Amino acid sequence: MKKTRKTGLVFFPAFDWAISSTHPEREERLLYTQDQVFEEGLLDFDNIIEYKPGIATIEDINRVHICIPDVTSVVTESHLISAGGAITAAEKVMRKEVDNAFALVRPPGHHAMLVVHGARGFCNVNIESIMIEYIRKHYGPKRIAVVDTDCHHGDGTQDIYWNDPNTLCISMHQDGRTLYPGSGFHEELGGPNAVGTTVNIPLPPRSSDEGFLYVLDNVILPILEEFKPDLVINSAGQDNHYTDPITNMRFTAQGYARLNEKLSPDIAVLEGGYSIENALPYVNVGIILAMAGLDYSHVREPDYNEAAVRQSAEISRYIEKEAAKIYDLWKNRESIRRNLIGNSRYVKRKKHIYYDTDGIREQQEETVRVCNDCGGLVVIDSFADTGNRILAIIIPGQSCPACRKEGELFYASIHKNQYSYVYFQDRDSDVFLADKGS
Amino acid sequence: MMMILGIDVGGTHTDAVLIENLEIKKKTKAITNEKNLIDSLLNVMTELLRGENIAKLKRVVLSTTISTNAIVQDKTERVSLILVSGPGISPSLIDTHGMAHFVSGCINHRGIEVAKIDPIEIEWLGEELKRDSIQDAGVVGKFSTRNPNHELKIRDILGSRLRHISLGHRMSGHLNFPRRISTTFLNAAIWKLYNDFVTQVLDSLRHWGLSVPTYILKADGGTIDISHSVEIPVQTILSGPAASIMGILSLCEAKEDAIALDIGGTTTDIAILADGIPLLEAFGVTINGHKTLIRGLQTKSIGIGGDSRVTFADNRITIGPEREGPAAAFGGPFPTPTDALIVSGMTAIGDREKAALAITEIARKMDVPVTKAAEAIIDCTCREISSHVIRMIDEINNKPVYTIHEMLEGKKLCPRSLYIVGGPARAFSSKLGSMLGCPVSIPEHAEVANAIGAALARTTAEITLLADTERRTLSIGEEGIQIKIPPGFSRRDATLVGTKKLRELAIQKGAREEDLEIEIIEDQEFNMIREFHTTGKNIRLKLQVKPGLIAGYTTGKVL
Ligand SMILES: [Zn+2]
Ligand SMILES: [Zn+2]
Repeated sequence: MKKTRKTGLVFFPAFDWAISSTHPEREERLLYTQDQVFEEGLLDFDNIIEYKPGIATIEDINRVHICIPDVTSVVTESHLISAGGAITAAEKVMRKEVDNAFALVRPPGHHAMLVVHGARGFCNVNIESIMIEYIRKHYGPKRIAVVDTDCHHGDGTQDIYWNDPNTLCISMHQDGRTLYPGSGFHEELGGPNAVGTTVNIPLPPRSSDEGFLYVLDNVILPILEEFKPDLVINSAGQDNHYTDPITNMRFTAQGYARLNEKLSPDIAVLEGGYSIENALPYVNVGIILAMAGLDYSHVREPDYNEAAVRQSAEISRYIEKEAAKIYDLWKNRESIRRNLIGNSRYVKRKKHIYYDTDGIREQQEETVRVCNDCGGLVVIDSFADTGNRILAIIIPGQSCPACRKEGELFYASIHKNQYSYVYFQDRDSDVFLADKGS
Repeated sequence: MMMILGIDVGGTHTDAVLIENLEIKKKTKAITNEKNLIDSLLNVMTELLRGENIAKLKRVVLSTTISTNAIVQDKTERVSLILVSGPGISPSLIDTHGMAHFVSGCINHRGIEVAKIDPIEIEWLGEELKRDSIQDAGVVGKFSTRNPNHELKIRDILGSRLRHISLGHRMSGHLNFPRRISTTFLNAAIWKLYNDFVTQVLDSLRHWGLSVPTYILKADGGTIDISHSVEIPVQTILSGPAASIMGILSLCEAKEDAIALDIGGTTTDIAILADGIPLLEAFGVTINGHKTLIRGLQTKSIGIGGDSRVTFADNRITIGPEREGPAAAFGGPFPTPTDALIVSGMTAIGDREKAALAITEIARKMDVPVTKAAEAIIDCTCREISSHVIRMIDEINNKPVYTIHEMLEGKKLCPRSLYIVGGPARAFSSKLGSMLGCPVSIPEHAEVANAIGAALARTTAEITLLADTERRTLSIGEEGIQIKIPPGFSRRDATLVGTKKLRELAIQKGAREEDLEIEIIEDQEFNMIREFHTTGKNIRLKLQVKPGLIAGYTTGKVL
């Protein structure tokens, strides 16, 4: 008999909200999941407790994002409830009302980056990051690991924590050469002060349970062991499933449940997953049972056929090699950092970001102050084809006095009329300032 | 004007009232003979109908503990369960009451057959049941409310070998396989006993020369024609608390959000009214630890009553939860809140000396005068009750919702009145009212509120409709109805079909035309999108004839 755990469930299917009338991110998305969860009687278990989501505030979002021109222009109530649901799940865990919690909410958020000009990859704001910064604001600085198991690269979460050495972002996903958003290669390791705390594990199309669990055992769990997070968050996207219409993987409900059991996240948050009839009902039942420490061995898709979802020997060999390489990069992160920085005091990166959902293009230059004492001052200069050019100055959480001083001086010295808006985000003192420029 | 007889055979007392010309003509209260409920029933009936012109009697309603007692005291038949589960939750996590046979077959969430049942397997099982001398069985399938065909096929194969088979999909339209199993099990287990009871009641009525519509009260505070109640006897469990709430409704003018308390000897039952309508349990009532799908009024029973044992330890007073006998003033062994009320002069019943003696024991431990101790006990009792009430309202207000509309605009309960019935109601009323911030009403005839509630409750019914225009099917789960619909079938069409079916069903169960207050309680419509194209609509409706009083007896206006 396994040990049962008390699991909080925040279920918010937003039955009256869709991106557009025929979009995959639609009202119906969690309908059959609700049917299955209800029919299996999961809410009647004494150790599974359902909670109503809270509603995130503008401040909760400004703590994480630079929304252009402001939060209310880029989010709707649905995003505030989805993020609020994740926050509720975190609250229940942090207050020890439950052992772990699952925010089964929509819309998703892991493609939403630090600067938000609009929606990309069905996401407007990053609900895990909003939750993480809420936790840090209310429960003090924490080392947090995000393990993103969605089939798409969690590029938004990676972007937000690119320079944060206290947040480990691990994403395993279908190889970016074959799927949106086309990033997440193993050489993406994090910014100059956080080399190694971004870990990318691209998997070839048609990888199955065996492949996922191999990288879990051989890369993710060993890295977590060394990183020693206070909290593990699972961005529990479900589009790796063999029936998903927009991806090419072969993950199963059993695989998801086993992965969850081994990873044992403190908080899981739903991300993608669009096989709404044939995958989500079974995957979610599997995850809920696994989190609650209940027997999930009978959970499987009615059409499950083991032979049809097995991965080839070639894929297995490829994954083994890739896993070894990624673990090596992690082991060598210090020397990689030294090589990357050299003698520079600042490191710049340029990005072109496409907001596929809203059809916006953005050019961005990020400048980071090299610092051995904190994540480093970040300055972002961003221009979008909406006509908005903005400058954002970001003082990281647990900032050192030097980075803070430099950020404050810089903010005081800028000529604001060069920009549409200038933002100043100070995560330690929870200050967010927005000035309209020209 | 018509004459109505209402009887509530409760665990301790049997109440009965005879209502004529909108007035309580006669009422009585007797101790229930637990060994023979029929006797209890006939005795009060004889008493009230003596000297009456029974030709004027137009309606008889009974509320009895027969089903509840059978379950609580485990006086049930041996039953076999045949379960069509398919993959999903592990059988080890399902309470099968030790009687289950899992058989092959699988229906998915859309009601599509994924795996067939095996008729040979069922035949073999039938032989096994026969060898074990099993006479009653329950057949339950996962998602059988979406497609009852497996349950029906199994019944057809086994029917000739058994006395009665209870079918899972008939119990409720709600989704919840483990609860469906428990409900079906309980139904099968009390089926024989209940049927014998109904036969006896009908015989007695015939003996009286009565042939008037006769109803049984259900857990949802609604009535059902007694001869229609025999198929699903389990819906008559826990009719006592329902009778009490319906009684309060008929005696008070409740149109607003309100709290209803029934303070008894052992327990206090709490119920909440929203705009004067009693709330229903979300999934179903719980009996003896079994979570069921039986539609029932939402009540919370707490172990605090007039006869609860009062103790003082670790510098604090504790009320209940056990009752060790009557109050000390009536010869009981321990101090109780009733004794405290007597000592404070708030009620003048029983032996004051004995009450004072019992409270003195607490006062000595508290090191205060007796009157102070009595006051503290009354205060503590009221505080406990109010905190449970407040918690229950909080829970209702924080119930998860699944749409943005409900998140932002959902109704918040805010009770404006407090109705109290039960022995110590008057004595506790002002304190409870001030703690809960509501004006208090104590209805007249409160001692027979249950019988009045039963007498005046209307017939209720509920249906769960699912129209799937992609599959072109419409199903009404609990009625086993499956019909073909055209692709252009709309929500309006669904509402029309649903209303018509509910009307027919309610009439068949004994409702009168003038009592059919139909309400849509769930109303959802989803576009079904496959590969960026709309392929159909998934329309979900739940309709009910809501709990309430029969026409002509508007809340609080009569009696
Ligand atoms: Zn995805
Ligand atoms: Zn620094």
